[in-house]
Amino acid sequence: MFSNLSSRDWTMFLIFSGVVLAAPVLFQPIGAAYPAILQKFCIFGLFAIGFNILFGLTGYLSFGHAAFLGVGSYAAVWSFKLFTMNVVPAVILAIIFAGFFAAVIGFISLRRSGIYFSIITLAFAQMSYNLAYSVLTPLTNGETGLQLSLNDPRVIDHMFIEPGAGLPRTNFFGIDVSGGGLSGFYFTAVLLIIGFYISMRIFRSPFGLQLKAIKSNQNRMRYTGYNTRPYLIAAFVISGVYAGLAGALMACTDPLAGAERMQWTASGEVVLMTILGGVGTLVGPVIGAAVIKYFENIFSSFNDNTLNQFYSFLPEPVREAFVTVSGLFVGEGWSLTLGVVFMLIVIFLPGGIMEGVRRIASLFKGGNKGDGNAAVSGHPQAAE
Amino acid sequence: MSKLIINRRGLLKAGAMGGVVLAAPTHFIRNAYAEDMSCNMPTGDTVVFGFNVPQSGPYADEGADELKAYQLAVKHLNGEGDGGALATFSSKALKGNGVLGKKVAYVTGDTQTKSDAARDSAKRMIEKEGAIMITGGSSSGVAVAVQSLCQDMGVIFMAALTHSNDTTGKDKKRYGFRQFFNAYMSGVALGPVLAEAYGKDRRAYHLTADYTWGWTQEESIKNATEAQGWETVNAVRTPLGAGDFSQYLTPVLNSGADVLILNHYGKDMVNSLTQAVQFGMREKQVNGKNFEIVVPLFSELMAEGAGDAIKGIYGTENWNWQLDTAGTKAFVQSYGKEYGAPPSQAAQVAYSQAILYADACERAGTFFAPEVIKALEGFEFDGLGNGKTLYRDSDHQCFHDVLVVQGKENPKDKYDTLEIKKIVPASEVTYDPAIFGGDLGPYDAKTCG
Repeated sequence: MFSNLSSRDWTMFLIFSGVVLAAPVLFQPIGAAYPAILQKFCIFGLFAIGFNILFGLTGYLSFGHAAFLGVGSYAAVWSFKLFTMNVVPAVILAIIFAGFFAAVIGFISLRRSGIYFSIITLAFAQMSYNLAYSVLTPLTNGETGLQLSLNDPRVIDHMFIEPGAGLPRTNFFGIDVSGGGLSGFYFTAVLLIIGFYISMRIFRSPFGLQLKAIKSNQNRMRYTGYNTRPYLIAAFVISGVYAGLAGALMACTDPLAGAERMQWTASGEVVLMTILGGVGTLVGPVIGAAVIKYFENIFSSFNDNTLNQFYSFLPEPVREAFVTVSGLFVGEGWSLTLGVVFMLIVIFLPGGIMEGVRRIASLFKGGNKGDGNAAVSGHPQAAE
Repeated sequence: MSKLIINRRGLLKAGAMGGVVLAAPTHFIRNAYAEDMSCNMPTGDTVVFGFNVPQSGPYADEGADELKAYQLAVKHLNGEGDGGALATFSSKALKGNGVLGKKVAYVTGDTQTKSDAARDSAKRMIEKEGAIMITGGSSSGVAVAVQSLCQDMGVIFMAALTHSNDTTGKDKKRYGFRQFFNAYMSGVALGPVLAEAYGKDRRAYHLTADYTWGWTQEESIKNATEAQGWETVNAVRTPLGAGDFSQYLTPVLNSGADVLILNHYGKDMVNSLTQAVQFGMREKQVNGKNFEIVVPLFSELMAEGAGDAIKGIYGTENWNWQLDTAGTKAFVQSYGKEYGAPPSQAAQVAYSQAILYADACERAGTFFAPEVIKALEGFEFDGLGNGKTLYRDSDHQCFHDVLVVQGKENPKDKYDTLEIKKIVPASEVTYDPAIFGGDLGPYDAKTCG
């Protein structure tokens, strides 16, 4: 049953899993080894992997994936409120809801392709956002966000245990998932690895090949007798399920769901992550997600104090100049830095960070370029 | 190149190894409780405060002023500068050598006025940078979200700008404290003044920021004005950070209302008020009376931003730099010397929350969170600018005098924007904590990570 994965795929999978599981140690030097950000890496990694199954394989650019993320989050928080603080039902519920939601939206928007498809998905996401923000306030608590409270029924939990004082934490059969701590990270990490494995299987399967065929020439595919719509809807639902899972994990590690998760900027963010890392590659989206979350959380925290310490080896007047100039790019200017990095990558490495990695690898290998590496990255496709 | 061949046995072995790796860390983390340890108790010679303020979004101006005040408070705590309101503060526990002999350091974060971003940056400060206390926030939605996070992590949250009844009402938390007044108090203070100025048979139209603060302020002002005999024509919710309010303002004039109540804050209020004035609303006559605009929650920064539009408009404030108390004078002088402008109410609440936390640690003699909470609960103090103040133990809400202010007709300079019309004593705005429900939750300490 593992026949369609080459040994090279397995190597990549093991290295990927190793890096993810060892992240609390590996990311220490760059200051990103605390649980909250590691969780964010995994969650948005999953989100981007799922998005890449649609965008990377079929070339359909959805601008509304944040809607599924939001649906997943709300479903998970409601599961915590109504049933139990165990994360397993929450994740399952989130996947079901997001999948159903994706099937409905996919059924309608996949009637069009190209820019029309993008706009329809964008419109759906914006609609969902506005619904969550104001119309469905009893269900979503609007801008304030859906939160747990002491009076929640939590039916299943109350059948087995006396409620303690204060709000309970989400748990995986007794192991705390929320409330900080590495156990929450490992929960997300394991799901990231599973999600990565499934995505790898899809990329290497006949189904993946059919999706790629849709991307390269949908008309020709129709002429050979394939009906492409079921494949597209399947891909759309799968990537919606990934987004729902990511949303559920956000709620598991931090039981709160806000409407801003569904805003179009959040949909745009996952597009950026995928393009930054490398569209159509397996690992690229995860790297892209990590880079963007790193900028958002770490760069935004630098203030003049940190910069002064960083440049402390310089003489006073020079240091002040350095602090003033670089101060523009950190703190509240983090998005400026991210924008510059994104532009440089798209201009010079259209295949994203993964293309950079490939170029460096082929430098070391001399003449033997491309050949085996293509297998690692699937078919290198420039972002369209 | 060597080939890595994986058979079923190898895979199983790898899986088992992975399982061990997974289980190991959780084994060490769980139940690592120690006696009298709470999250991030300082071990070295510094103690870290986390300042979580909006640096972008509709409340960015307030956030910037809060941050300035926090930095000033840290200076004063560490014995630098002129000591500011520490000299007038009724508690003399702080000695100007940091807190409990440890120098105060701080880290900052941008809440972006979004719950997710605010919680992310609070988590970063707690998990990575070891902050023992989080303070800040300039939106009640954010404050409520961060407060519940802090309760979960066992870190004290000293809320700054948050005016919603929910913060210390329905969503109150054992680990959250608020010095700022709330919408209910605004309503009680403002109602009689409005009735006196505009009469008792008015018809009001509300435009409300669509989140917890707007909802509760709308409700409180509605109750207070209806108690005076006013009628509420309509209440329309507007999204936070809308920018353009013309689509919401147009229906107001045809609704038969003669008072517009803007439950907006920050840049939103600056935009909606300026646009309402541009629509010529203030020159209008409706029902034979002058059309009036009311902004229940005012601030100096908003008054500055709105310019001439603010003239003659009524609102309430937590504190104003023109207030005649010793604490106010000491703080305004110290702040003015540092930054060359008088502080806003955002700055004052930020400053006093940082000082109050430090003082509570000093009085408790420890950083252990449950003890610090007990030191703050029921604490009575004076000399931080608001006059005599009580930190009520049943809901962690401060009670002090509330100001009713009016936009000045002939300001002397750009800081002289608001005139204090009435100082409503604390006893008049005090209410029964039971009316908002909620539950503080337990004291129990948590160790983080």
